[in-house]
Amino acid sequence: MASPWSLSSALKGMFARPTIDDTTWDDLEDALISADFGPDITESVIDELRASVVKYRTTDPVDLKRMLRETLEERLAKLDPTLHLSNRPAVVLVVGVNGVGKTTTIGKFAKFLTNYGRTVVVGAADTFRAAAVEQLATWAERGGAEIVRPQQPGQDPASVAFQTVERAQREGIEIVLIDTAGRLQTKSGLMDELGKIRRVVEKQTEIAEVLLVLDATTGQNGLSQAEAFIQHAGVTGLVLTKLDGSAKGGFVLAVQEKTGIPIKLVGQGEGIGDLTGFTPHVFVQGLVG
Amino acid sequence: MALFGNLTDRLADTFKNLRGKGKLSPADIDGTVREIRRALLEADVALEVVKDFTGRVRDRALGDEVSKSLNPAQQVVQIVNDELVAILGGEARRIQFAKTGPTVIMLAGLQGAGKTTLAGKLAKWLKSEGHTPMLVAADLQRPNAVTQLQVVGEQAGVAVYAPEPGNGKGDPVRVAKDAIKEANRKQYDVVIVDTAGRLGIDTEMMKQAANIRKAVDPDEVLFVIDAMIGQDAVTTARAFQDGVDFTGVVLSKLDGDTRGGAALSVASVTGRPILFASTGESLDDFEPFYPDRMASRILDLGDILTLIEQAQKNFDEEESLKIAEKFATDTFTLEDFLVQMQQLKNMGSIKNMLGMLPGAKGMREQLENFDESEITRTEAIIQSMTLQERRVPKLLNGSRRVRIARGSGTTVTEVNGLVNRFEQAAKMMKTVARGGTPQIPGMGPIPGQKFGSSKQQPKKKGSKSGNPAKRAAENAALAAPKPTAAAGSGFGLGSTPGGPSEEELASLQKFLGR
Repeated sequence: MASPWSLSSALKGMFARPTIDDTTWDDLEDALISADFGPDITESVIDELRASVVKYRTTDPVDLKRMLRETLEERLAKLDPTLHLSNRPAVVLVVGVNGVGKTTTIGKFAKFLTNYGRTVVVGAADTFRAAAVEQLATWAERGGAEIVRPQQPGQDPASVAFQTVERAQREGIEIVLIDTAGRLQTKSGLMDELGKIRRVVEKQTEIAEVLLVLDATTGQNGLSQAEAFIQHAGVTGLVLTKLDGSAKGGFVLAVQEKTGIPIKLVGQGEGIGDLTGFTPHVFVQGLVG
Repeated sequence: MALFGNLTDRLADTFKNLRGKGKLSPADIDGTVREIRRALLEADVALEVVKDFTGRVRDRALGDEVSKSLNPAQQVVQIVNDELVAILGGEARRIQFAKTGPTVIMLAGLQGAGKTTLAGKLAKWLKSEGHTPMLVAADLQRPNAVTQLQVVGEQAGVAVYAPEPGNGKGDPVRVAKDAIKEANRKQYDVVIVDTAGRLGIDTEMMKQAANIRKAVDPDEVLFVIDAMIGQDAVTTARAFQDGVDFTGVVLSKLDGDTRGGAALSVASVTGRPILFASTGESLDDFEPFYPDRMASRILDLGDILTLIEQAQKNFDEEESLKIAEKFATDTFTLEDFLVQMQQLKNMGSIKNMLGMLPGAKGMREQLENFDESEITRTEAIIQSMTLQERRVPKLLNGSRRVRIARGSGTTVTEVNGLVNRFEQAAKMMKTVARGGTPQIPGMGPIPGQKFGSSKQQPKKKGSKSGNPAKRAAENAALAAPKPTAAAGSGFGLGSTPGGPSEEELASLQKFLGR
């Protein structure tokens, strides 16, 4: 099997050279682009690094590596990654395109919250995809959460969301997680449906967080996903999934910088415990080494 | 964010500077190549593929074929198109069926690539081609993947073999093996094995996939990949090639606003052809992949061939000729208009069709918001008229219009709008028809202009957006029975604002063999 490409191994050769020269910059550019940072961010990061190299009059690649790490960390740390779940019940809406891992994320998130002694109910508002409700039910059980199912197949997702919040209010459950059907950001009809779910829930209580789930393997399309979902669903935070693969998810930096929405959670595997909060330091460490 | 659409814009800009130059200097070419590089990277084409691609384009552009040609700029676009087609695999390839026994097709890919949905689409498509497919639930990993496959199978109306409940229990290799026996016993001629999603770096799971492959000895192993994937496409594709050695690729979720940079990467890195493209949520949104058409799509020259095919499939040629005749003799009535519209509805989603027209990228957003129920409303208006009124629209005085509006649940303004548009359309079509049959070049610009006008109208008047758009599609449909170079090149060319001129594009499309 081919050894997986990684940014750190790509950088290793470059930082092992005695001085910084033109090849170093070319290699750095290639490495950043291969990590899905995209041409724009890559260019601005490199310009920044070039300026620092001149400023500090260094020719040592080890300095460059440190500067790269600092630059990326600083850029990622600009926004506050804390989840705000203080109201009761705290309603969290989970949205995203098809196949990014929304349902899995909810399962892990429920476990994450029950570990802290919170009571959780999940709402199966993905009434569209075949067997999505069953998939969520399995995850809810593993995560130790209650579940509200649609009463009939193809029920209006907004009504499932409503019933879930209602149940939480009635039974005093602290946190409500609502799973929605995957939708491509270009389908305006489906995007409007998200707006409806939001409006319906807002009549009952304030929505604490709207989390947009992004797949780490996504390329520059991630930005257009984020823009559309922010517009229709009022996203407050990003969740980056499938980081355990070979993809590095560099595009999230572009997303975070262009939209001002922070990354809040990171998913790294299929196990129920594989969800953590986002720490720029750890993320960059994994990226640069 | 337009992705590959960008490439065309960028090239158009670059070429504007080149226009009129009899010769391209190396500096001109370098500038163009840089633009191509950036546009490809923004479209998520893998870096190594981009480097390779631009290198080849550059070499060829600097060579004799360009400097000696009359219009170097067009020659460069031609080269880009050639290279795109070459990377995407040249000829279209179909599924290879087994000579004896059931044909076994195995699906593999990352989690969330869309394997299970695709299994259903593939089965439905095979069924419509006269095969008897059976789906096999060998994804025992993801919670309720088995249930999902069963539901999908039911929707597609095909058999599903699911002996294990899944959710982490059972041995997928055994299931796959037993499935072949089952298919032999029950005489299914195609077996589609849905496997669990796995990461390229998960050695254990890759081994499992390889074992399934060994156990069932498939005729085709299809690697399903999300069209939205970024630079990781290369690593993942290589890992799967090493792990299970797939024979073909399927692009899924091609209906987002991505134009499929991954297609280029995977095809180029693995050398395996792309067999199918899956485009939507419905089980029917599935089509064979044509490299040359994808190249045109990437360059935003539209996908005329697919459009024509769809039109042909659903259009009665005789009927169309009759209509054309009516245009020429000025006897086209609202009645014919209604028939046309109903035929049009049979062709499927208007959005899809319009999206295939060249230069349609500027309209994409409007297309998405395009309200198909507008057609139904128009239909209702016409159906509320008496036969005589349909034949002689001049009869429609004020009180008749009020009656029609009430009968169809619309307003008089809407009825007026329809009648006016009908008159304009009839007039325009008459001019067209008198100019000759569609393949005569004079035909070209006219639908183009109408197409252009349809672009502005939705902005002004949201509720009326249906009709101009529909007219454009109708034009396409009318020309459809005689697909020729000129008919193809005519559509929508006038609607590329700021880009190359109409003649340039027309001759460009001739270059491209349209």
